[in-house]
Amino acid sequence: MIEGFVALYIFMLAAFTGYEVISKVPVILHTPLMSGSNFVHGIVLVGAMVAMGHAETVPEQILGFVAVILAAGNAAGGYVVTERMLEMFKSSKGGE
Amino acid sequence: MQTIIQAAYFVAAVLFIVGLKRMSSPVTARRGIIWAGVGMLVATLVTFAHPSLHGVTNYILMIVAMAIGGGLAWWTGKRVPMTDMPQMIAVYNGMGGGAAGAIAAVELVKGAEMTLVVQSLAVLGALIGTVAFSGSLIAFAKLQGLLKRSLRFSGQQIVNLLIFLLAVIAGLVIAFGPGYGTGLLWAFFILAFAFGLLMTFPIGGADMPVVISLYNALTGLAVGFEGFVLGNPAMMIAGIVVGAAGSLLTQLMAKAMNRPLSNVLFSGFGAAAPAEQATEGTMKEVENNDAAIMMAFASKVIIVPGYGMAVAQAQHKIWELVQLLQERDVDVKFAIHPVAGRMPGHMNVLLAEAGVPYDIIYDLDEINAEFPTADVALVIGANDVVNPAARKNPDSPIYGMPILNVDQAKNVIVIKRGRGAGFSGIENELFFEDNTQMLYGDGQKVAAGLVANVKALG
Repeated sequence: MIEGFVALYIFMLAAFTGYEVISKVPVILHTPLMSGSNFVHGIVLVGAMVAMGHAETVPEQILGFVAVILAAGNAAGGYVVTERMLEMFKSSKGGE
Repeated sequence: MQTIIQAAYFVAAVLFIVGLKRMSSPVTARRGIIWAGVGMLVATLVTFAHPSLHGVTNYILMIVAMAIGGGLAWWTGKRVPMTDMPQMIAVYNGMGGGAAGAIAAVELVKGAEMTLVVQSLAVLGALIGTVAFSGSLIAFAKLQGLLKRSLRFSGQQIVNLLIFLLAVIAGLVIAFGPGYGTGLLWAFFILAFAFGLLMTFPIGGADMPVVISLYNALTGLAVGFEGFVLGNPAMMIAGIVVGAAGSLLTQLMAKAMNRPLSNVLFSGFGAAAPAEQATEGTMKEVENNDAAIMMAFASKVIIVPGYGMAVAQAQHKIWELVQLLQERDVDVKFAIHPVAGRMPGHMNVLLAEAGVPYDIIYDLDEINAEFPTADVALVIGANDVVNPAARKNPDSPIYGMPILNVDQAKNVIVIKRGRGAGFSGIENELFFEDNTQMLYGDGQKVAAGLVANVKALG
């Protein structure tokens, strides 16, 4: 378990990282980037798998099942649409 | 095994950050999403070996759920047209928020032992995630045209506030109270869900991109908080990084649209109806052939596309026209307003789909100084973003909004469907300027006509 101040430090450093990573992005990439960051929080899938995997009663299993369906949708859908958009960006010199 | 799992989560976190970093430049963006995808795959695969997973039924249910959710999303994601991208992003994002809420629900129903801090993070994540879930569904319904009206009634904000406060009180009792029943948990989630719906109902379609971006940031936060609850560092880091990045992106979008976030969330667009004013001057029409000649013999042409171009599916014909002009040594550039399309950057995606290379596409700050040197500015399907009233007329509702200074070009040609006002219902002074000529008709047909006429010049 990660608790107390260690958790707080992780929170703080991750927040600054997110801010810095995005701060120089050109407007032309805002839509794909929003889609890409949407894909990244699809990592909720691993949490949903754990929640489902240690469910013990039927209500817990139902909730876990819903969590996994939704999370898998977030991850798969986010990846597909982001990749489709970014694949189309070409420079006039040809290639990527 | 525990070490391998932790190492894999660490690798995933690194890949996510590197991936996001690479996605912020068009040259490396494609590889960025692939890196992030590899991170996701690694994290997902090792989680099957997570020590807290048990029971054959649970494993089977898990795999079935992954196949259903992942399969459906993959299938729809492959098929959604580029014009509908914003609302699909809203759906996938809402699913993530819902998943965070459901994870919290499992932990809370289970009554797992948590410290007070962790318990309150679980509740907070559940609240945020559920609001993002129901709010995103409304955002989707609005942009998809399933929900035409903006539901508004008097005292709406007070009702919303009341529901929000009830949800918060229920959450506080769950987090800090002596104990809670299933009934209270239900009430909490229903209240949070209802608040997401009610908060998003009154927001107009034009403001929706900012809202989608906000929900994206909120989902990130919710995922991060649930990561703390489950003690999962990959979720913590990815969630918080997205929460921070998404908040910044939301700010950037709101700024580009000249709509402070508080305005977007708490007031309807154009709530104060603009006073109808008669604009002086007359609109001049131009024949397609004359417009084609003007551009073919120009040395510099700047094209300003708007969402109307994408609706008319004219971007392919426009790109054909640009290629013809380039063969005649005309310097052609695209000028994109941050809110052209349905969200910042959406127009770039639509142009990229038609095959336009990104290095002849410029955004507002880069191109505005160039309009005075342009022989022709061709406006297609854009309206409010080229209205000089934003610069000149302090009484205009869009006064102060950054616009493309199209009126400073030597000649302006506006391709437009009819004579009506724009999306916001504001009369456009540009159409009455001396150097402006109107080319009426369906965007795609007009563009095809221009292509044919330029070709005919030989």
